[in-house]
Amino acid sequence: MELIPSILFLQGILAATWRMATPILYAAVGEVFSEKAGVINIGLEGVMLIGAFSAYSVAFESGSLWLGLLVGILAGILSGLIFAFFTITIKANQIVVGAAFNMIGMGITGFLYRSMYAVSAVPLGLKTFQSVEIPFLSSIPFFGEVLFKHNIMVYGTLLLVPLATFVLYKTAFGLSIRAVGEHPKAADTVGVNVVRMRYVSVMIGTALAAVGGAFLVLAYADQFVEGVVSGRGFIALAVVVFGRWKPWGAFWSSLLFGIFYALQLRIQTMPDVNIPYQFLQALPYLATLVVLVGFNKRRVQAPKTLGVPYK
Amino acid sequence: MDFVSIKKRLLKFSRSAWTPFAAIPIALGIGAIVLLIAGYNPLQAYAAMWQGAFKDRTAITEVLIKATPLIFIGAGLAVAFRCSIWNIGAEGQFYAGAVAATAVGIYLGDLPRFLLVPLVLIAGASSGALWGMLAAFLKNRFGANEVVTTIMLNYIAIFITGWLVTGPMIETAGLFAQTAKISQNAWLWRFLPPTRLHTGFILAVVVALVLYIIIFKTSLGYTIRAVGINPEAARYAGINVKRKVLLAMAISGGAAGLGGAVEVAAISYRLYQLISPGYGFDGIAVSLLVNNNPLGVIFSGILFGALRSGAEVMQMNAKVPSVLVFLIQGLVVLSVVAFGVYSYVSKEKEE
Repeated sequence: MELIPSILFLQGILAATWRMATPILYAAVGEVFSEKAGVINIGLEGVMLIGAFSAYSVAFESGSLWLGLLVGILAGILSGLIFAFFTITIKANQIVVGAAFNMIGMGITGFLYRSMYAVSAVPLGLKTFQSVEIPFLSSIPFFGEVLFKHNIMVYGTLLLVPLATFVLYKTAFGLSIRAVGEHPKAADTVGVNVVRMRYVSVMIGTALAAVGGAFLVLAYADQFVEGVVSGRGFIALAVVVFGRWKPWGAFWSSLLFGIFYALQLRIQTMPDVNIPYQFLQALPYLATLVVLVGFNKRRVQAPKTLGVPYK
Repeated sequence: MDFVSIKKRLLKFSRSAWTPFAAIPIALGIGAIVLLIAGYNPLQAYAAMWQGAFKDRTAITEVLIKATPLIFIGAGLAVAFRCSIWNIGAEGQFYAGAVAATAVGIYLGDLPRFLLVPLVLIAGASSGALWGMLAAFLKNRFGANEVVTTIMLNYIAIFITGWLVTGPMIETAGLFAQTAKISQNAWLWRFLPPTRLHTGFILAVVVALVLYIIIFKTSLGYTIRAVGINPEAARYAGINVKRKVLLAMAISGGAAGLGGAVEVAAISYRLYQLISPGYGFDGIAVSLLVNNNPLGVIFSGILFGALRSGAEVMQMNAKVPSVLVFLIQGLVVLSVVAFGVYSYVSKEKEE
């Protein structure tokens, strides 16, 4: 490859990386809260779908992306409330409930989409969040394109990750969350309401998963299609493990997945590359497997009571 | 103490036996509310569904045909779930089985029937078993969570299938993304013409029966369940936990793969991208609904087959999208959960 085209190639890949990482990152940071408190939610995929559909339909009907995002978050919180009721109050197996949530998410969004939009004669596209070019910085060669020409939800991750880190590690609230995941009995003894903390953590998790889903329709594609999340919820679960249950860890590891997505999209559009596109599509999923296998030692840092109901 | 434990057992039995009967009306009820909100007439929709599933002999045999892969998959998953291995990968294992079965059915097509049919089925089962054991291996060797790995393996199996049917294995005419038909010598017998009911359904029932016996009536099954209830205690009792995990996944994947082989050899006669409309995911609910009992899976498999078969007619006649079935299935699982069947048994209580 010539020098200039390969720089452009790299620039294109890197610019897409952050964008592709964003939905996974929102969901993964949310799941960090949930898992830190001891609740594993494999229903993220379903919650993301619910978030995506509610955000899309409200934004489409009202014309306001922000209203869509808000309702998407509310739908996520509601999903979390139900999930928490089953896993924390009824103490049902978290994997079973999570699997049910994935089916419900797929079923209800697919059903409503086909009922409301699939036969619609009206164009269904939204005017998505547009890239905000940071003045001056965005005109820096290479870096401008890669870092400073994104939409607001992508930039939002720069706020999210430090904020999540601060809350988890520098506040009493965060200490309680971690305590109920590591040692619920001790937390209980010193007066922390274990049930309430877990409810709140689960709902933070699903709210952020819903934001990740909403991103896909408000700031990435411009409309909802069935299965729009396509496994990102599951990849977020792997990202949490790979990121050692830390927000910054989730940030870097979701960027890694972003690279695979970006590469896959980019290579598919290159006419002179003869790799079957199915192999490229399989890349992020394959990468997830490799990551889980290669970094298993980090398992020891999983919250101690992950998956175990209290009392 | 004895009296208490008998009473407990009875209570537990009645609860698990009645749960499905209570869970389904609840799920259908909530489904009805969703239908109402979306502007459909729930009674009309459900009537169309019922009609579609049971209106005549052909409809009923179609239900059994739809139930066949679900019984294979569900019975296998019951074994994995009893071992507390959360295999979400039956979909991929089904694909793995379908791919291997198709390859044998095409490339060894000259073999006589009495050889080819068993070969096709064995190829499907072993291919599914291997795909399942891959996840077990990753769990045993590297501690990789099987929920995530099996899901990733689903995507990978589906993409590989997509590549095969558009590339190396595409039919000679090359018009559609599908393979050529498998040799007639590989076809399973449709014993009730003109319906499509085939011997694969009977095989599914037999497999469910055998898995029931293995899991509940043999010492092997006992150890698998012991690992599922408490792996630490099982290890302490001298059970090789990793080997049981591998075995449970082999059985689970093998059953799903066999389901894929039967689907090819009895219904589609060829492989294409969407050979499974999500059977692997339905199978999860099929197994959970009957508390992971392979015998019960025959019942719940037929029930879900009826839901699916009915939903297709509902979509045609009442114009209600058939994806509603996923919602109903998820709600069925949640209602089962709500009856406390899957409540976590704390270690303190066990001791």
